[in-house]
Amino acid sequence: MAYDFVERGWEAVIGLEVHCQLLTKTKIFSGAPTTYGAAPNTQADGVTLGLPGVLPVLNQDALRMAVTFGLASEAQIAPRCVFARKHYFYPDLPKGYQISQYELPIVAKGRLAIELDDGSTKTIGITRAHMEEDAGKSLHENFSGQTGIDLNRAGTPLIEIVSEPEIRSASEAVAYLKKLHQLVVYLGICDGNMQEGSFRCDANVSVRRKGAEKFGTRTETKNVNSFRYVEKAIEFEIERQIEVLEAGGKIHQETRLFNPDTGETRAMRSKEDANDYRYFPDPDLLPVVCTAEYIEAIRKSLPELPDAKRARFERDHGLSAYDAKTLTSSRELAAYYESVVAASGAEAKICANWVSTDLLGALNKLGKDISESPIAADAFACLLKRIADKTISGKIAKEVFEAMITGEGSADDIIKAKGLVQITDESAIVKAIEEVMAKNPVQLADYRSGKDKLFGFFVGQVMKATQGKANPDALNRLLKAKLQG
Amino acid sequence: MDKFSIRQLADGLRAKKFSSRELTAHFLKRIKTHDGKLNSFITVTGEQALQQADAADARIARGETGPLLGVPIAQKDIFCTTGVRTSCASKMLDKFVAPYDATIVKKLHAEAGGVMLGKCNMDEFAMGSSNETSWYGPVKNPWNLDCVPGGSSGGSVAAVAAGLAPAATATDTGGSIRQPAALTNLTGIKPTYGRVSRFGMIAFASSLDQAGVVARSAEDAAYVLQAMAGFDPLDSTSVERPVDNYVAALSTPIKGMKIGLPKEYFAEGLAPSSRACIDLAIKKLQELGASVREISLPNAPLSVPTYYVVAPAEASSNLSRYDGVRFGHRAEGVKSLEELYKRSRGEGFGAEVQRRIMIGTYVLSHGYYDAYYLKAQKVRRLIYDDFRRAFGEVDLVLGPTATDVAFKLGAKTDDPVAMYLNDIYTIAANLAGIPAMSLPCGLVDGLPVGMQLMGNFFDEARMLNVAHQFQLATDWHTKRPGGFE
Repeated sequence: MAYDFVERGWEAVIGLEVHCQLLTKTKIFSGAPTTYGAAPNTQADGVTLGLPGVLPVLNQDALRMAVTFGLASEAQIAPRCVFARKHYFYPDLPKGYQISQYELPIVAKGRLAIELDDGSTKTIGITRAHMEEDAGKSLHENFSGQTGIDLNRAGTPLIEIVSEPEIRSASEAVAYLKKLHQLVVYLGICDGNMQEGSFRCDANVSVRRKGAEKFGTRTETKNVNSFRYVEKAIEFEIERQIEVLEAGGKIHQETRLFNPDTGETRAMRSKEDANDYRYFPDPDLLPVVCTAEYIEAIRKSLPELPDAKRARFERDHGLSAYDAKTLTSSRELAAYYESVVAASGAEAKICANWVSTDLLGALNKLGKDISESPIAADAFACLLKRIADKTISGKIAKEVFEAMITGEGSADDIIKAKGLVQITDESAIVKAIEEVMAKNPVQLADYRSGKDKLFGFFVGQVMKATQGKANPDALNRLLKAKLQG
Repeated sequence: MDKFSIRQLADGLRAKKFSSRELTAHFLKRIKTHDGKLNSFITVTGEQALQQADAADARIARGETGPLLGVPIAQKDIFCTTGVRTSCASKMLDKFVAPYDATIVKKLHAEAGGVMLGKCNMDEFAMGSSNETSWYGPVKNPWNLDCVPGGSSGGSVAAVAAGLAPAATATDTGGSIRQPAALTNLTGIKPTYGRVSRFGMIAFASSLDQAGVVARSAEDAAYVLQAMAGFDPLDSTSVERPVDNYVAALSTPIKGMKIGLPKEYFAEGLAPSSRACIDLAIKKLQELGASVREISLPNAPLSVPTYYVVAPAEASSNLSRYDGVRFGHRAEGVKSLEELYKRSRGEGFGAEVQRRIMIGTYVLSHGYYDAYYLKAQKVRRLIYDDFRRAFGEVDLVLGPTATDVAFKLGAKTDDPVAMYLNDIYTIAANLAGIPAMSLPCGLVDGLPVGMQLMGNFFDEARMLNVAHQFQLATDWHTKRPGGFE
């Protein structure tokens, strides 16, 4: 960060509101599909359009996902929660109100532990998470002075996750957001796609003098759709507010918009222009009752969460903290790694090394995700198995791996096709050693007169003679014996 | 044929004394002849009705039977009907054709085989007690063309009272089935909230709206309600509970039935002539073996003010969707989004609807919500508790439906409060969610008087039973207005 406001006696107070689209097949209150990218208005049924006479019916999958999030964030699940109508007029809001939750949200008082830059952890409180429907989209381009309305997104289930104002810097905000992102993706309740708007963030930012008790006036920066932008927007906003205050000015409570091109935020609307949303309980929907049995059933179905998995990898697999963190960064990667361990019978640490270094490195070059890996976990396990059973050496394995990445076949096919099977036949190795000794009498004499360093030379020569296929352990042992005469 | 009961019509159809086509053509002809005086239909669906009649005749020819198979019915123009305009008597929806059928439309026509004659006039968005707020002009009372038929289901009752349809659907948010039934000598029932699906019924006040039927006898009403009632997964507020056999329950003797007379319903405000009719009816019920006692519903006098907070609040929200963007009236030549909203809604909604949207917006707005909406919900709870207590003591509650007989057109249009007080006896049932009905019990100066029965939750069968037994012993319900021969 270019600007260290803490040293100048300021403190930033940040709270994030995250809108997270739930991965249901259909909309939150109707059977219309939620497919992204379909032709405009093809995913809009009568309920989505807000036709006269239609009624909402809660999608039970959306409820289950909201409860799943609550349990995973150690929150309280309301035994009875209520949908409320939030009123405002906008063309992409078909009914003139959004069905949301107000006084009685499904999830309250959760928390999320984040890791700070210095390696310490900090717990950020989650005030609440409520279910609501997404709005449609207004398209202002290509309609010559008119506005196009696409209601495909309208009615897509969301949970809005509101953090406590406990975040103190842009980097903390990003750490919180990444952790939250990882969690919802892990839980399988959100695809986490920020470009498509599946995971969106609004940032509430205020500043105050260090030690002050009262919060400063806050601004809300809307729809910042990448981790990087969140960081930039918050940094900009902190700096802007401090500049205003230091110059004797006042911060206005307002909604601001981040411009990724300039890295700046600008005022969009002030509090005075804000709508009176006229919330009241939606009479078309009964209060949602979650029984203890229902909640327990969901708790039992929760997957192992990232932090628990990471601890287990360190504890049971003997992995370094770094490897454990890398391998648990996504549920798919962790599952891949675990399948490799199980299927290869190789040492966990070796598997971890191969997956986190070689495989991830290669995928990174290809710009692919673990789910798109050209090598399936069981195929990868096969390669490691061939190292363990000494068919090939670790060095040769790298060559096989490269070939597997480019799709040349299975480990066994490649080993066979390229004749890479390790030579373990000791007589063959002895023969090669003897030939090398015969060809290099000068070096042999030097070695025997005390130049121990030449041992490496002989290893290299024998490896060259066997195209690298000699079993390294056997080679070492036999060569030592032969050289000594 | 227009004098026949629904049972007689079904018998005649089954015995092939007449076909559904003949029956339908007969009613269509009567509509053509007489509706000019009444204005009870907004849309007559002659061609479609004859097609439905032919389909019913084919089903009858195949040996199918059913109490409504081939029987013509009129629909209140608040229920969505595929391919036929559903206007809700508003300019806003003058050109609105729904792409789907309301659940009760499906049940009555596609399933039960009833024939839809057309869509009945009503107060705009069901807001009114005289049917004078319709964009399509007021409906006249067949008993006196200078008088109102009551509202909001004024078209439904006028059509049935004049013999233009054997029965009609209607809706009741604060008395819109019972008060017009009372003013036109019909039997009208509003079932328990949640008994009949609201899906496809254009919402006025979601927590109060309930669909029901107006007919010429309790027996006819029982047949139609039987076909309408039942759980609907498309309506979250509909109740999953088997439907009683209303028709079978009609013939049970009512000896020992305990009927409560709330003293608050027989206090000042009730016309003495109406009271005299109701007193005679009570005597008749006692002769039939019912026991009568005075009870108290102490919070009943708070019904009207409570209702006029809750209903407009929900209406202001429900009517937000009419914004000129996707369907409904759109103002021409607008230059901004705000102008589109203001002018489309200003032009599309009538004065009464606008008044209620403003009241509703006010009571939900920030700073007023607790004082109005929340308080009203608390009073609502007290009214509900009153009934709970009452039904611990008695089986049914009996009182007047309206304060007086039908009033003259225009008499109350300039005085909204006087108009709102029309519903003083009917509103409590909506606020509590209990079933209630009105049935004829006399004539004063040639205008009908209705009495109201209110039952415990899901006690429709008992109410219909008492009403039927009363009708077996009296002939008020058989009286017809002159001039529609």
